[in-house]
Amino acid sequence: MMQTEELELGIRIPRPLGHGPSRFIPEKEILQVGSEDAQMHALFADSFAALGRLDNITLVMVFHPQYLESFLKTQHYLLQMDGPLPLHYRHYIGIMAAARHQCSYLVNLHVNDFLHVGGDPKWLNGLENAPQKLQNLGELNKVLAHRPWLITKEHIEGLLKAEEHSWSLAELVHAVVLLTHYHSLASFTFGCGISPEIHCDGGHTFRPPSVSNYCICDITNGNHSVDEMQVNSAGNVSVSDSFFEVEALMEKMRQLQECRDEEEASQEEMASRFEIEKRESMFVFSSDDEEVTPARDVSRHFEDTSYGYKDFSRHGMHVPTFRVQDYCWEDHGYSLVNRLYPDVGQLIDEKFHIAYNLTYNTMAMHKDVDTSMLRRAIWNYIHCMFGIRYDDYDYGEINQLLDRSFKVYIKTVVCTPEKVTKRMYDSFWRQFKHSEKVHVNLLLIEARMQAELLYALRAITRYMT
Amino acid sequence: MEKMSRVTTALGGSALTGRTMHCHLDAPANAISVCRDAAQVVVAGRSIFKIYAIEDEQFVEKLNLRVGRKPSLNLSCADVVWHQMDENLLATAATNGVVVTWNLGRPSRNKQDQLFTEHKRTVNKVCFHPTEAHVLLSGSQDGFMKCFDLRRKDSVSTFSGQSESVRDVQFSIRDYFTFASTFENGNVQLWDIRRPDRCERMFTAHNGPVFCCDWHPEDRGWLATGGRDKMVKVWDMTTHRAKEVHCVQTIASVARVKWRPECRHHLATCSMMVDHNIYVWDVRRPFVPAAMFEEHRDVTTGIAWRHPHDPSFLLSGSKDSTLCQHLFRDASQPVERANPEGLCYGLFGDLAFAAKESLVAAESGRKPYAGDRRHPIFFKRKLDPAEPFVGLASSALSVFEIEPGSGSMSWFVDTAERYALAGRPLAELCDHNAKVARELGRNQVAQTWTMLRIIYCSPGLAPATSLNHSVGKGSSCGLPLMNSFNLKDMAPGLGSETRLDRSKGDTRSDTVLLDSSATLITNEDNEETEGSDVPADYLLGDVEGEEDELYLLDPEHAHPEEPEYVLPQEAFPLRHEIVDTPPGPEHLQDKADSPHVSGSEADAASSAPMDSSFSLISGDVQMAVSVLIVLGERVRKDIDEQTQEHWYTSYIDLLQRFCLWNVSNQVVKLSTSRAVSCLNQASTTLHVNCSHCKRPMSGRGWVCDRCHRCASTCAVCHHVVKGLFVWCQGCSHGGHLQHVMKWLEGSSHCPAGCGHLCEYS
Repeated sequence: MMQTEELELGIRIPRPLGHGPSRFIPEKEILQVGSEDAQMHALFADSFAALGRLDNITLVMVFHPQYLESFLKTQHYLLQMDGPLPLHYRHYIGIMAAARHQCSYLVNLHVNDFLHVGGDPKWLNGLENAPQKLQNLGELNKVLAHRPWLITKEHIEGLLKAEEHSWSLAELVHAVVLLTHYHSLASFTFGCGISPEIHCDGGHTFRPPSVSNYCICDITNGNHSVDEMQVNSAGNVSVSDSFFEVEALMEKMRQLQECRDEEEASQEEMASRFEIEKRESMFVFSSDDEEVTPARDVSRHFEDTSYGYKDFSRHGMHVPTFRVQDYCWEDHGYSLVNRLYPDVGQLIDEKFHIAYNLTYNTMAMHKDVDTSMLRRAIWNYIHCMFGIRYDDYDYGEINQLLDRSFKVYIKTVVCTPEKVTKRMYDSFWRQFKHSEKVHVNLLLIEARMQAELLYALRAITRYMT
Repeated sequence: MEKMSRVTTALGGSALTGRTMHCHLDAPANAISVCRDAAQVVVAGRSIFKIYAIEDEQFVEKLNLRVGRKPSLNLSCADVVWHQMDENLLATAATNGVVVTWNLGRPSRNKQDQLFTEHKRTVNKVCFHPTEAHVLLSGSQDGFMKCFDLRRKDSVSTFSGQSESVRDVQFSIRDYFTFASTFENGNVQLWDIRRPDRCERMFTAHNGPVFCCDWHPEDRGWLATGGRDKMVKVWDMTTHRAKEVHCVQTIASVARVKWRPECRHHLATCSMMVDHNIYVWDVRRPFVPAAMFEEHRDVTTGIAWRHPHDPSFLLSGSKDSTLCQHLFRDASQPVERANPEGLCYGLFGDLAFAAKESLVAAESGRKPYAGDRRHPIFFKRKLDPAEPFVGLASSALSVFEIEPGSGSMSWFVDTAERYALAGRPLAELCDHNAKVARELGRNQVAQTWTMLRIIYCSPGLAPATSLNHSVGKGSSCGLPLMNSFNLKDMAPGLGSETRLDRSKGDTRSDTVLLDSSATLITNEDNEETEGSDVPADYLLGDVEGEEDELYLLDPEHAHPEEPEYVLPQEAFPLRHEIVDTPPGPEHLQDKADSPHVSGSEADAASSAPMDSSFSLISGDVQMAVSVLIVLGERVRKDIDEQTQEHWYTSYIDLLQRFCLWNVSNQVVKLSTSRAVSCLNQASTTLHVNCSHCKRPMSGRGWVCDRCHRCASTCAVCHHVVKGLFVWCQGCSHGGHLQHVMKWLEGSSHCPAGCGHLCEYS
């Protein structure tokens, strides 16, 4: 076909390769541009005005316009408004963060932006070509992405006291917010199977001959594929089965709600439940747990490719539990961020709030359901994976509410997003709507961002005291 | 002493004694509370729960309430409170949502009395009723407040705030049935304990969570609240609407607030992040704390006045695992360290100066200006003799007026507007600027421009000897130089010996340069266009030869007084630059604006020591920047980046003070310094309102979201204007800049047909 076009017109026309904005969600389920309501239209307009494009992330997130608005506002502020870091640094940090998860989608987008704001193309050949100052950030990026609980005040001190390459506190906070933002956005990209943009490599049917070779979109992360799209859920459990799944979940929620007052778990039991959940979370992993070697081009932006998410006690190291009651976002994190990078604390705080409290009181086909218990279980499960404990939460609830396939999905999206497959996406919560699965993803990425921020900010606080 | 005796009476004859002291705890504290007898304090935290006796010299551990082998979350305390009526009764709030009461009168080791597990989330605060023995109130993260009667096993009533988590609950001291609660969303609610169905009153006190509140011990209606927005606010609740009577802005979020006993306007605050100090504020003086305690090394988590009638003892617990007793007389007083003088320039150069009256009186003997008017100020007001600020409260303000005309800077404005900085060949620029300077009667500046033209533009025209001569003459005839470039030194006509010395040295090195370029002229003549291909080593050898020769001849070089000054400044860069920058093609491209510049000249320019030109600019940043821009590549390398940046920012600042926005923007654009050129990239947003509905237009600047109309249409072509929009201030019609300009060529009436005679400046 390409050849005929070439013959007839003498030019080649790029065709979109993907099937809509997401590989996981059928195109017809996603809102079509042009059929949106006024609020969404305004959002699209804002997004377009700020970025000069309407990217696939926006098109998928618009399932939840309330959140999208806050998300776009925050991202716009972080990337384009007044802040301590120069514009090209911001995009480069975005690239560094996304590259940690081999998220070629985000890398490609920000490579374009980076060049657009006048960044030096040489930097894109690898972190070692970037200024020493950014190279120093590499270590923090690595630890933050995969094992945030290992961040110590020595990391912070190393960055702040590096002679002429040192970071200022304000710059560091800006960088940390950017890193965490893009780590979790990478989770979203993989978790929802965002397709490459048409103007990026891999998003269209041919590669322009002259375009530089660093924007190679890599779709070999295991989740590729058109054939998987067609296989579909035919071979899966029958519809009635999955119908009962929803019923069972609702029944459990009801039970928990009712018997919570009566059931009296002992203190030791409560404590051990957290430990059990923490320990179990590391066995929850997809069966195809082979080491994926990072894609060739994206890997240029970070070093030490073998460094990945490692579970808590697998290596025998004891990590002290992080108690939210001693250092939480609302009281401590917010104040620190807002002090060093004014207004951003407020924006992120709003975003967390919206994500945590977002609900339509529906579950699959049921209406008027109080989902707060389920949302809290998801949120706390993610924090639990990072070793963050809420004293006032009974971690037994998690086991009741989240089944194994869901846990696998959560775990993969949050810790090793590059390994998410369409099968994982399809196999949890089979009766739920796509918008609800996107909602789950929003919870995942915000909880992850908060967890990383908490560790990083605590280290900064310790450095300051 | 008078105060002391008053305290004594209040305490019923037994005055408190003690000193500033601290003791180490085993773990970080979350909260503290004092016993009624002011002799014991309880400290609670995640892994600590102890009672200490306060003795004169030290704290003595009296009781450890954490008993039992297994650490239980019930003992992980977020808050603790000691009953003010019954000294055996304590209550704690646990992070897992349990409220525990403790009875010290129990004979067993375990003093735990009752356990209330009704809250689903962390309990943030517990509070005993000030007079009732059995009433306990709790506020929790789950948004509920519960009132317990200690004689019963469960809560008496539950209050639902309907708005997020409860951060603090406090019984009113005066009103038996009233309590206040504060919320994470910024609300404060007032409740009647008999009516759990709805709150009596609700208002938004802060932006963001309200972490704490405290009722005034004497004033019935006063409630102090502290929030994450770094504010302490004092509310008068007696009126129909809660009225903000005082507001103190602190530097960090406010975690605790406590009124100081016996001092009506004082309150103590501490923060939960960043700031470790405890401040005591006089709410009437919200800018400087009255006292400050700086003992803690980590954030302070709990504060308590030791006795409800003694204002001088403050206890505090901290995350740094210490318990402190602070004595008010040992506090540091920031007021003493504050600079009580103020100095400010007025718009027209007038100078205002405020200082303590005593200081000014002493100095009034020598008046700096004849036109000095002394205003004996507005600071004088009724003073309360009991206040600690009396000494500082009266100050004098002097205003020094400037003589009309003396500070006129019209030459600056004229020069800035008329100078040409780019777009023409160097020689023309110099000539133009020299002309401008001459017309404004600034002959020295004009001279400088002329010299620059000679130095940089004429090696091919003027023979080296004559050049040498002219420059030499220039310096020897003694122009009123003030050669060291010092921005602060604005007084003209200062030239010391050493400075003159240096300028001689400069001229000397100039000659060297000109010689070296002159020797190259032949070369250049041969290969006009390939001047840049001159081999570097050839050049180098040449210059070195010249320099060595001169080094021997010039006695000034060997002058023992300042060899290190002369050498690194001139001799080394001279050699260094040539070696390091072999002329390349991109080098030439940079100078596109003056195509006739050849390679050899570029070399000469790049090595020309800036001192030679900048020494001629007597403390005039305008000149410095103008020369820097005009000469561009030729001199840029010889001045270090920071100095350049400094010059640019100073000049831009000056331009903006004179409202020369266009010139300043041009300077920003022409500058090559990164930090400067990003100046006009920040804050580039322009906010516009819709011309129809008068509301701000978000998103796009040309179509209104609300009334869906295009706000700005061109009166000439009737299309939407998306770029530059120019309009008449009189009739507010306008349109595309081009169109309006064209229109005005033909008619001076408004193109919209409104009949207005439009004026555009």
